Amino acid sequence: MINPYLPLEAEVIERVQETPSIVTLRLRLTDPDARHRFYCAPGQFNMLYLYGVGEVPISIKSGPQSFLDQTLLLDHTIRAVGRVTRALVKLEPGARLGVRGPYGRGWPLNLAQGKDVHIITGGLGCAPAVSVVHELMRQRSRFGRISVVQGVKHADDLIWRDQYEHWAKQPDTQVLLAADQANASWRWHTGMVTGLLDQLHLDTERSLAMLCGPEPMMRASAERLIELGLEPEQIWLSMERNMQCAIGHCGHCQFGAAFVCKDGPVFNYPAVRELLGTRGF
Amino acid sequence: METPGFLPMARLQTLIDTLIDDGFRCVAPQVRDGAILYDTLDKVKQLPKGVTQEQSNGRYRLHQTDSTRNFAWANGPQAIKPLTFAPREELWYSEVKSDGSLKFYQAPTETEPVAILGVRACDLAALALQDQHFQHSFPDPYYDARRKRLLLIAVHCTHPAETCFCASTGDGPEARSGYDLSLYETDLGYFVTAGSLAGEMLLHRLPLEAGDAALFAAARGETGAAADAQQRQLPEGDLQAMLFGNLNHPQWQAVAERCLSCGNCTQVCPTCFCHSENSVPSISGQSTAHERQWDSCFSPGHSYIHGITLRKDTASRYRQWLTHKFGSWHEQYGRSGCVGCGRCISWCPVGIDPTEELAVICKDSAGDSA
Repeated sequence: MINPYLPLEAEVIERVQETPSIVTLRLRLTDPDARHRFYCAPGQFNMLYLYGVGEVPISIKSGPQSFLDQTLLLDHTIRAVGRVTRALVKLEPGARLGVRGPYGRGWPLNLAQGKDVHIITGGLGCAPAVSVVHELMRQRSRFGRISVVQGVKHADDLIWRDQYEHWAKQPDTQVLLAADQANASWRWHTGMVTGLLDQLHLDTERSLAMLCGPEPMMRASAERLIELGLEPEQIWLSMERNMQCAIGHCGHCQFGAAFVCKDGPVFNYPAVRELLGTRGF
Repeated sequence: METPGFLPMARLQTLIDTLIDDGFRCVAPQVRDGAILYDTLDKVKQLPKGVTQEQSNGRYRLHQTDSTRNFAWANGPQAIKPLTFAPREELWYSEVKSDGSLKFYQAPTETEPVAILGVRACDLAALALQDQHFQHSFPDPYYDARRKRLLLIAVHCTHPAETCFCASTGDGPEARSGYDLSLYETDLGYFVTAGSLAGEMLLHRLPLEAGDAALFAAARGETGAAADAQQRQLPEGDLQAMLFGNLNHPQWQAVAERCLSCGNCTQVCPTCFCHSENSVPSISGQSTAHERQWDSCFSPGHSYIHGITLRKDTASRYRQWLTHKFGSWHEQYGRSGCVGCGRCISWCPVGIDPTEELAVICKDSAGDSA
């Protein structure tokens, strides 16, 4: 029987300090066979294990294409907030850690074919969305218009600015950025990300929205999109809960009847709409 | 039902000896520290002969009587869950080598054959639910190995506690499936039936006598009477809809004012599956074990996520436990997560009874869900 709990060894190849508290670790599985077998879909996550400390679920920023190329670096962008992540972000190149995955259901790329795709993220919610944007760009002709909307609390929190500027230059691609608190060099919207949604080129008949970020932000965005004419079924969002096993056994990630780790983390909005925003779930 | 073969009281030891000869460790109920627990046993005299029980809200007491019966009680606090889903166990361990590389090794799984004598119908139903949870979609190698080594000998329940409501959940007091062998206890001995091929083979090696039809009818009648004697029950109707339709009911706050958030209910529950995973480094620092341990939705860490606790107060934790056990389980596993064993009532230090809480919470919406 395959043991779904056993991690594989990985090495930190590169460490990128994105902001004072956000670090991207670029990892490579040390076993070449495991490297060849590894494949993930945008929106899935890995469990990263720091020796002697513990495991945490972190979304995979790399797109599937990087695995097919066998460059095979697993990029994980991590914010230092808890016991494990505060130690993880200190790892330097050459350090070893454990990786198991990928887990969960990713973004509905099949349903998005032929449609306009609107990616609306907040804070570090942009990380699980980057892989899907890369994938949309790689197979550009299979999709309609693409919009990428990202909101941050403070202008200094915006990471991957060059990436957004690059996407903004692509044909049929709209990039909208918002910061609650701007600074001198901020030339985009000041305010909440929901304040940008009116600017979307929204063809309600052929659109699909993918949301990732803090729950109040996702809820407000989803409800605004519905006001603007989208059906709830056209909206997908990525949820987050305490996860320790990642295979639906440990019970921590339950959101109503859903196990976020295996039934999600990406959910169709109607499946979570009722409980989202109910305190204590 | 045809009258099954009869094993006289004096020959029960033969069953235990046969199991031990076949290489099983025999586990059976015994009195430990004033409660009935399952532990290794090789002699009939270790069984709780003549012991009866008194259970009520927040109360559990044993009484010694002159009865010849070994199973004249309902249940103890621990069920058989620890034999399949261990309270604490190592999943894997890791070593750091001199060059800094890490090696990961799977911890050995339990394979020793275990025969459990005296399994209750409620606990068999709970086991079937845990099987669904741990053996489907992502089979759990540790649970699976512990589960596959089990031989289950049920004893149909004739002495329900005041806290029992298995008749209402449809899980007892008579065991209907999930066992290898089953025993109907009478003052004189046991009527023995098989529920599997392994049980059938075992049955044929026992010194059974022809059973008396009238005595067997009386024995079965006792399980029927055990069902009729139960006073508590779950509300009728679609509990999932009623619970999730009442998330702001004032009763959540009312029960939170009594609940200590101690988690006893979840620890004695035979279906609760939540567990935490922890890294336990060795003193040398050269290796570290990765362990799992039973957790409870009443603990603050259960809903921890990136620096915050989602369920800060007892009301939200109690609501999580009740909406999951009696609500979400239906969607997850096709039925309620409660098998009516009543342990959470007896072992709650303040005597909270979920059936009473459910009755209050669901009262206002009864009938809406049809």
